[in-house]
Amino acid sequence: MTMGLHMSENGVLSGTFFMNGDEACAEGAISAGCRFFAGYPITPATEIAEKMSERLPQVEGVFIQMEDEIASMNAVLGASWAGVKAMTATSGPGFSLMMENLGLGVMLETPCVVVDVQRAGPSTGLPTLVGQGDMMQARWGSHGSYEIIALVPSSPQEIFDLTITAFNLSEKYRVPVLVMSDEAVGHMSEKVVVRQVAPDDLAVRKRPHVAPEKYQPYKPDKDLVPPMAIAGEGYRFHVTGLTHDERGYPEMTAEAQDRLVRRLVDKIRLNRKAIIKYEEVSTEDAEVIVCAYGITARIARRAVQQARAEGIRAGLLRPITVWPFPEERVRTLAKQAKAFVVPEINYGQIALEVERCAAGKAKTVLLPHMGGAVHLPQTILEAIREAVQ
Amino acid sequence: MVTVVNKPIDSYLRVDRMPHIWCAGCGIGLATSCFIRGIERAGLDLDKMALVSGIGCTGRVAGYVKLDSFHTTHGRALPFATGLKLGNPELNVVVFSGDGDLAAIGGNHLIHSARRNIDMTVICVNNFNYGMTGGQMGPTTPLEARSTTSPYGNFEPPFNLPYLVAASGATYVARWTVLHLRQLERSIAEALVKPGFSFIEVLSPCPTVYGRMNKRARGLDEMHYYQEKSVIRNGADPKDTDITLDGPIVVGKFVDLKRPTLWDYRKQLLDKVLQKKKA
Repeated sequence: MTMGLHMSENGVLSGTFFMNGDEACAEGAISAGCRFFAGYPITPATEIAEKMSERLPQVEGVFIQMEDEIASMNAVLGASWAGVKAMTATSGPGFSLMMENLGLGVMLETPCVVVDVQRAGPSTGLPTLVGQGDMMQARWGSHGSYEIIALVPSSPQEIFDLTITAFNLSEKYRVPVLVMSDEAVGHMSEKVVVRQVAPDDLAVRKRPHVAPEKYQPYKPDKDLVPPMAIAGEGYRFHVTGLTHDERGYPEMTAEAQDRLVRRLVDKIRLNRKAIIKYEEVSTEDAEVIVCAYGITARIARRAVQQARAEGIRAGLLRPITVWPFPEERVRTLAKQAKAFVVPEINYGQIALEVERCAAGKAKTVLLPHMGGAVHLPQTILEAIREAVQ
Repeated sequence: MVTVVNKPIDSYLRVDRMPHIWCAGCGIGLATSCFIRGIERAGLDLDKMALVSGIGCTGRVAGYVKLDSFHTTHGRALPFATGLKLGNPELNVVVFSGDGDLAAIGGNHLIHSARRNIDMTVICVNNFNYGMTGGQMGPTTPLEARSTTSPYGNFEPPFNLPYLVAASGATYVARWTVLHLRQLERSIAEALVKPGFSFIEVLSPCPTVYGRMNKRARGLDEMHYYQEKSVIRNGADPKDTDITLDGPIVVGKFVDLKRPTLWDYRKQLLDKVLQKKKA
């Protein structure tokens, strides 16, 4: 359903729409310049694939439904190396299958976006019902030491915007960027302002400016990100998932491993101030801070308002970037607050991170929900009341 | 003045990475040089080629050829190559990997890539076992062959790869051994320019592990076996080309047919439907 639809010559939409989070994600990708999508049907992310299968041919892009999520993740990496902005979308079981080659994406430093519309697990769990149980998998799901970027939207409008941000970050830092949506955000329909993004606001990976014989695929610039050649341009580069040197050649030594892994991690870690985004509501004088993300943050907002109405100095910290985690901010807030209340639709994941960063300066109260539904504002309010005691 | 060029294929190789990792008597080097001569024969622009490998001994080919080359994860060369090809249909995409990589862990991708008839060439070196991990059985190991995980002999019937990919939809299917250098080179040249999914199985000695455990401990023993037992039967029905431990080996070009590629079908259909919508 549209209110003031406009489709420009290039097929990108602008206007105000009533659409669900999955569709908004697809439109965000199109606006970000995504022109390749590979995916496999899975509830509750299927609508993203469906939308992309309709929209990509309209913007001279390519949609392909692969044989599984392993193949989808790989096809996305391949397309990115062909120079195309590429994305896939999935949910828990598919996200698990993508982990191996998410690691390849990290190792080859391949810009791409992976959307996980979280449902309740483990295993097949509750396919049609909400969960937030993949937050730690997003951080640690692939083997080895690495750092990744994960964004968490709370609404259809925000997933539209954050999908664009995800592409920009992935192109800038040459890393797969995760959009950690959830079933509630994916399936809720709201007003979404869809817009064309000015070319200047769309990041494009750095390209090499040296002759092919001088090009070293993993020789980083000062920001630790190496310029990226793409296939078919005459650079005749080699890349490998093995530990490699700056030429991209395998080097099976502890020294090469140290150099490479440190850089892969540091290119994100040292740029975290530029990457991390969060929202705060009445935290200035708060003695109880609810730290919540995604759909749960919307409910927490209501609980914080109710607490304030009761005279409790409550606030909300909503990480938008969950990885890297806004740890400096939590550390600072821990000095002023008595307690953090962390409601999440899992049995304690981000609460561990809050507890670590609070480092004993403020207590951390986990408010878990096992999934299949969202918290009630009342539940969070009660936890705030208790925490303030 | 006469310039002597000792190794004319050097310009296609990353000579700074030599020596390679392959054992004495291994056939992967022969398959690689046939590939290079096949590119020469086909007259392709090297800048427009991309080579993708998975993991294993044959997976290392990607690191030695001087093309845009990708050494990916175990079994995943085909879907990675699918993304490359769809991202830039102008690229000539080649997947060069082993039997374990392509037919076991990557088996699902193999049949689906053939079904789609995506335009790429697959060179599958079949040495009947997992060489890099020390000689375990795989989906191509002949019945009763010994390996480190079939110490009493293999009791799983193997895949006949040409039959599998032909049934799945491949439009070019051939099998040669690394003894059949000229035929292999010619087949590769044909496959590289043939639209659609082309698959060439290359039988290769693995003296270090498979050979040693199956009474062909030297590379030359396996080559003698190929010489004695190979039968060239171009056009053979792939279902009649099963391989046994010591039996005859049917080689040749088995399938060469026309069928619209994934890209052709897609373009044809989208042009028709989207034009209609505009009109």
